[in-house]
Amino acid sequence: MTFPFDLSASLGIVKPELVLAMGSMVLLVTGAFFGGARQSAISRGTVALMIVVAALVLTGSKEPAVAFGGSFVVNGFTVFAKVLILAASAVAILMSDRYMERTRAARFEFPVLVALATLGMMMMVSANDLIALYVGLELQSLSLYVLASFSRDSLRSTEAGLKYFVLGALASCLLLYGMSLVYGFSGTLSFDALKGVAATGASNIGFLVGLVFMLAGFAFKVSAVPFHMWTPDVYEGAPTPVTAFFAAAPKVAAIALLTRVLFDAFGAASDSWRQVITFISMASMLLGAFAAIGQTNIKRLMAYSSIANMGFALVGLAAGSEQGVEGLLIYLVIYLAMTAGIFACILAMRRREGHVEDIDDLAGLAKAQPVYAFALTALLFSYAGIPPLAGFFGKFYVFSAAVEQGMWVLAVVGVLASVVGAFYYVRIVMLMINGEPRQSFVRPMDVELRVIAFAATAFTLFFVLMPAPLLDAASAAAAALVN
Amino acid sequence: MLAAIAFYIFAAVTVAAAVMVVAARNPVHSVLWLILAFFSAAGLFMLLGAEFLALILIVVYVGAVAVLFLFVVMMLDIDFAELKRGMLEYLPIGGLIGVILLVELGMIFSVWAFAPEAGTLAAAPAPAMAQVTNTEALGHVIYTQYLYAFQAAGLVLLVAMIGAIVLTLRHREGVKRQNIAAQVERRRKDAVELKNVKPGQGI
Repeated sequence: MTFPFDLSASLGIVKPELVLAMGSMVLLVTGAFFGGARQSAISRGTVALMIVVAALVLTGSKEPAVAFGGSFVVNGFTVFAKVLILAASAVAILMSDRYMERTRAARFEFPVLVALATLGMMMMVSANDLIALYVGLELQSLSLYVLASFSRDSLRSTEAGLKYFVLGALASCLLLYGMSLVYGFSGTLSFDALKGVAATGASNIGFLVGLVFMLAGFAFKVSAVPFHMWTPDVYEGAPTPVTAFFAAAPKVAAIALLTRVLFDAFGAASDSWRQVITFISMASMLLGAFAAIGQTNIKRLMAYSSIANMGFALVGLAAGSEQGVEGLLIYLVIYLAMTAGIFACILAMRRREGHVEDIDDLAGLAKAQPVYAFALTALLFSYAGIPPLAGFFGKFYVFSAAVEQGMWVLAVVGVLASVVGAFYYVRIVMLMINGEPRQSFVRPMDVELRVIAFAATAFTLFFVLMPAPLLDAASAAAAALVN
Repeated sequence: MLAAIAFYIFAAVTVAAAVMVVAARNPVHSVLWLILAFFSAAGLFMLLGAEFLALILIVVYVGAVAVLFLFVVMMLDIDFAELKRGMLEYLPIGGLIGVILLVELGMIFSVWAFAPEAGTLAAAPAPAMAQVTNTEALGHVIYTQYLYAFQAAGLVLLVAMIGAIVLTLRHREGVKRQNIAAQVERRRKDAVELKNVKPGQGI
């Protein structure tokens, strides 16, 4: 068989993905033979596998390299995004074990599906043509649909899975339709060649309509308004560790993919897509802020919060500059840390009779469990963007990138939305301080949750003292993408 | 000449069968008409020289999808006559949507243009049909040039399989399964116990 590319060099470039794919299959077979209902051993194996893969990603070449004749690309940006995704997935698996055992939903397929979803995300981030993009996206999405309905005996979980599946399939159709238009009018699937077409054919209507359909498909995956409808229901219905996973890694992957597509393939048509991104960014920030006010379920609240947060992240993309991408990456890292911390706290909301998820259950927590309440307060203030906590800096970098590009309206809308958002975060804090204490949560917190909540709180509190490593890494990654 | 006649026959049968899919009163007949439409469309593909697509249409759509439809139609207890009752009421709005689609298609072909470099950018230009058949041409690239996409699609199918098992498989207690080793190993003493029953006493 003759390959039109150097096969062994290509396999060397995809080594991390290859190891993750093989590793998940080995874990799957191990689980099928020995695991039965025991999730924890396979979980630990998956986390170890992810650490190995992250090490491979980091030690691999950061110089831009393409594999498989241009289907797959590795550069500083993809390395940054992949490490983030692997970290978020590993944290999600660590948080899931005990919850799954307590709710009798523990099965060894759970970590394996998370690993396969992670593999799909890594393939999305590195995709360099439309086919590679689509198969990566479907690998991720299909795993997520199954995860959403993982506690199959719960009506809400199966409903969440079904809704997510039907709407996700619709979004995939939109994306495919857009891709077929782009392909039809440009004659190519490869990002490198599309770059040239976008430069000369920016006025080509068919091409732009295709781009808009693709953006609609991506907006669904990042749950940006107006394609956000599935988010609250799915977040509320899915098992809490799955929600924690949904709010973290897939968001990073989808945003990273969107950034790569817009900059690498459609960079020359940026005037066209920047207006679309500006609109969905504004709409997401506003809807996320206002719709969250009336919520009583904390998972539903986090769904609206994640919609708003994706809006803030997209501000950086709407700026369309290297500085904007840098702000976007900083925002994503801080968002991941806060999300991991807050979901660790939500997973610890457990009474003797089971897990609770109402905001009212947090009333009076400051008196009953002051340390827990303090961590939650720090994380919520950070979400609200109160300086000097980490969340403030995330917003600061994306807004300053937007202002630099003269997008004052976007920045002002963003600041207003974050003021509205601060209202409901602070409301929870007030409830914890002033509310009538209820029966306290089971103590002590599980050790994994304690470590994750502690690390996330420490990160949000002390980010201001040592921001340099993150800023340097983000600016190097942004430079790798834009140049 | 012969090709033209074949084209008109296949095209006419396709359209007629498609109309019958919607119009047939019995849903099982609808599915059978659908299969006829698939076959005629496959004939059209064959006339175009796309023999691979034609065969895929028959193998996948007739062999799998249509048969699945047939099962679903026969298994589910749905009163299709009831469902179809309002069809005439929806005809105007359906027709309107059809007209809009037609106008939009017209717009595509009149105003929208292909990028000038579109022709030269094709990733894998197909060799002339006289040299290789398109099944062969596809075979040349799918395991080499598109190796990555092919393997990734395999992983997607793996996830689909895991998902189906995770969501539906239940281990029920008390189900008697065949265990050939145990059944072959079974000896007379495992199953039969001899009791020495004294007359007049019972066991």
